Amino acid sequence: MRHLLDTDTLAREDAIRILDTAGQMAATQEREMRKLPTLRGRTVVNLFFEDSTRTRISFEAAAKRLSADVINFSAKGSSLSKGESLKDTALTLQAMGADAVVVRHWASGAAHRLAHSGWMHGHVLNAGDGTHQHPTQALLDAFTMRRHLVGGGKDPAATGKALEGLTFAIVGDILHSRVAGSNIPLLRTLGANVVVVAPPTLLPYGMAQRSDIAVHHTLDEAIEAHDLDGIMMLRVQRERMTGGGSGFFPSPEEYTRLFGLDGERLRRMPDHAIILHPGPMNRGLEISAEAADHPRSVIVEQVSNGVAVRMAALYLLLAGEEAPE
Amino acid sequence: MTGTVLGAPDMTRALTRIAHEILERNEGHESLVILGIPTRGVPLAHRLATRIADVEPGFDADANCGALDITMYRDDLHRQPTRAIGETTLPDAGIDGATIVLVDDVFHTGRTIRAALDAIKDLGRPRAVQLAVLVDRGHRELPIRADFVGKNLPTAKTERVDVHLEEIDGVDEVLISGTGSKGATSQDSSSPSPVSEAGA
Repeated sequence: MRHLLDTDTLAREDAIRILDTAGQMAATQEREMRKLPTLRGRTVVNLFFEDSTRTRISFEAAAKRLSADVINFSAKGSSLSKGESLKDTALTLQAMGADAVVVRHWASGAAHRLAHSGWMHGHVLNAGDGTHQHPTQALLDAFTMRRHLVGGGKDPAATGKALEGLTFAIVGDILHSRVAGSNIPLLRTLGANVVVVAPPTLLPYGMAQRSDIAVHHTLDEAIEAHDLDGIMMLRVQRERMTGGGSGFFPSPEEYTRLFGLDGERLRRMPDHAIILHPGPMNRGLEISAEAADHPRSVIVEQVSNGVAVRMAALYLLLAGEEAPE
Repeated sequence: MTGTVLGAPDMTRALTRIAHEILERNEGHESLVILGIPTRGVPLAHRLATRIADVEPGFDADANCGALDITMYRDDLHRQPTRAIGETTLPDAGIDGATIVLVDDVFHTGRTIRAALDAIKDLGRPRAVQLAVLVDRGHRELPIRADFVGKNLPTAKTERVDVHLEEIDGVDEVLISGTGSKGATSQDSSSPSPVSEAGA
């Protein structure tokens, strides 16, 4: 594995290897001494063209726990806001000796461009590109699901296992969500069934025709039709709702009524079903406070698992010998 | 020289002797923790702990035996394909103030043990660390020595030593293969089957 750009091209064995490695990384994070010397002398650049706090902090923590040097490069107040092109930024990073670049960009495909243009030799990790993909988020979701629903007893991390036969619903703005964009292929790769719940206006073209995904237009319908093992509530991205034609749904109240997860809907799901949310949450819009703070909610755990998964990705990309191009 | 250096009975005798030596050196089993280095050090550590408990019933073999993965502390990570990370399990009581006996199958350059000492440093502050190995094949690259040795095995650098254990490989044996003159070719022809970290 040279880059981590999307989950479409991520092989099943590589995905499981990342999850297994993340399990060992998570174990090291329970110790008193949490820093490992593994990536000493390596430089990781966080290149963020879009505001993000949690993803950047998570990557920064992951790199620092592995003793890599971290350089944060964000659009605000840097040359990026003065109109520098992605290419010139890449050449600069190459000249500074970046071993890995964690990139978040508003344009879909930016990470792929950075990885395959020949501008720089470092490893590229996609931390979200436009409405396309956010692979480490999908991997931390899968890691969290596997821990809760597959692991148990002597092997809580469920090492080596996938998500075979489990059913997960992804609810909300599938059209603009890079979290959904990464989760759907990864869940399919790992053998899980995917149920998508969204208003017709927020579904990508062609998704309703796909035979390997069940599509519903209200949450009640989906809860009725499937025994869900987990439900992932996507954030209603207000900033994306107002642009262009706007009007993806009539009103926030109607969205909540048809797609919001509350205690009442939760009680109609199987008792073991877990609740995921990539954050930040709009409490009262896509998820009620009761659901967000429910014992079956794993939302806070997703954050700590995020550090372990990103440590695993950095380790697997950076620790081994440099493969010839 | 190619062939079996230690058979199952030899291995049993060596481990029993080492168990006695550990108890003798430490004047009992007080605060003793046996840690195996994956892969094949772990079953060896369990066998040693069981033997120690046979001699001194006060020693809890399960509670005081564990595994210490050293992958993330290696100094050759950049020279090899990415390695899978093994599991580290420690006694619930931790290792502060304990006497740790590290257990590995083949003692070669000493680099694995250096990494293990670094890993231990991050996990706590033991009172002492000792080293038990099944086979010492020489060729040290660091000033590190073993406290307990199953068998001293003079080797050429080009030879390889493979330890097979019942728990992992289905059979107890130590094999040596390859010769000084044509070591390279015989190394290439050795099967990709269970291979200990003899060179590391």
